[in-house]
Amino acid sequence: MAQQNNGVDSTVTNKRPLWLLAEITYRCPLHCAFCYNPTDYANHTKNELDTQSWIKVLNQARDLGALQLGISGGEPLLRDDIEIIVEEAHQLGYYSNLITSGVGLTDKRIDAFKKGGLDHIQLSMHDITEEISNFVTDTKTFKLKQKVAAMIKDRGYPMVLNVVIHRYNIDHIQEILEMAEKLGADYVELANTQYYGWSLLNRNQLMPTKEQVDKAEEVTNRFRDRVGNKMKVFFVVPDYFANRPKKCMNGWGEVFMIVTADGDILPCHSARVLPNMKFPNVKDSELGFAWYESPAFNKYRGDSWMKEPCRTCPEKENDLGGCRCQAFLISGDAEGADPVCDKSPGRPLIEKAIVDAQKGELQAQPIVFRTDKNSNRVIEGEEKERLEDFHALP
Amino acid sequence: MTISNSDIYKIAAHHRFQWEKAQDCYVILFPEGMVKLNGSAGEVLKLVDGKNSVKAIVDLLKNQFPDVKDIEKDILAMIDFALGKAWIEQVN
Repeated sequence: MAQQNNGVDSTVTNKRPLWLLAEITYRCPLHCAFCYNPTDYANHTKNELDTQSWIKVLNQARDLGALQLGISGGEPLLRDDIEIIVEEAHQLGYYSNLITSGVGLTDKRIDAFKKGGLDHIQLSMHDITEEISNFVTDTKTFKLKQKVAAMIKDRGYPMVLNVVIHRYNIDHIQEILEMAEKLGADYVELANTQYYGWSLLNRNQLMPTKEQVDKAEEVTNRFRDRVGNKMKVFFVVPDYFANRPKKCMNGWGEVFMIVTADGDILPCHSARVLPNMKFPNVKDSELGFAWYESPAFNKYRGDSWMKEPCRTCPEKENDLGGCRCQAFLISGDAEGADPVCDKSPGRPLIEKAIVDAQKGELQAQPIVFRTDKNSNRVIEGEEKERLEDFHALP
Repeated sequence: MTISNSDIYKIAAHHRFQWEKAQDCYVILFPEGMVKLNGSAGEVLKLVDGKNSVKAIVDLLKNQFPDVKDIEKDILAMIDFALGKAWIEQVN
């Protein structure tokens, strides 16, 4: 009965897609400036997978060992078959999570989810002030979110709040945490904006200063000490202000698998930005093939793809070279070190981004909200100049 | 935290404990996370069901694994650890 490694089995090292994220639609009633969805999402809103295809996906992933299921988007509640998907997921033994803005969550639907066996609902919140919450989502949804939070609590669901942190709300962390406590939150994720998709486009408008981030972390730690286990608070550190990159997705093709609205099978949310990649699609590939055999999932697995300075870096196991998408988006080299790392030749690009984000003339540029119209403009190449200005894409 | 023989624990609310065939182990699932349990941790938590007292769990496992030395200490340590992680909660 020797108890090793605190009860956590360390011998199980074979890679499995333990987490399946179903990005079930890219349609969304909110228009958040910080959304990580692809800026060309309007290309992926046609050809959404039908209910039967999702059921097939759930079955195949479960056979591969998937356990945690996130039903996300866009706004998943825009689809009317979430009830069926939730029920199937429960019967298969998933621990399932609906990731929602709350828009479209009615008493009737939440009751059906409860009956079908949905395990929890993660609700996005934006600020304590109606003004900022409505501003950053470009909608009038502040009051609705408060109402939905009460509904979640009322049904006995664990209350999981996700708050994306940016310049407009970072100084309100204390008040945000107090609001969460008052709502009876069990888990609060303070997710500092990571710059992909729409948030990259709006980086100059969203990025706080280092001082603001430090203060926010300090406030969070103090709050955590006070509430203890009653409310678990996660503070996702913004990597631009760190000197080592994050171990993105816990490693490429290690534990995560994402299936998009139109059926692409991806190792991470934004993988489709990478050059010269062809991702398998559920319309013509099995998930098992995608995970074990597809060139895309094998491309950045492990460390054999690495170049210097990662290849011989004594710390390479810690972060596996960071994020491939960030390396490409910022430095133009998908195989390079994540430019967040201070050993990376790309680090000056991050320093420049931090400085630029404090320049009045750049801050004053209008925010490009996540809308179909703006997505189509991006597809037409209209925002190209703005993007080229702050990364080194060829 | 002190654990006494008469304490009864169960898997905490919003947590699920289940056997995973694909991985040949027990797991605990909860919002935003999961933990794979090694064999002995799984054997202990399987008995943490809201009915068995700590003493009953120790007795059951002593019978099941008569050759394991200091089994009681290991069981109590596991229960204490799971309690610290809030995977289990006290019923009585």
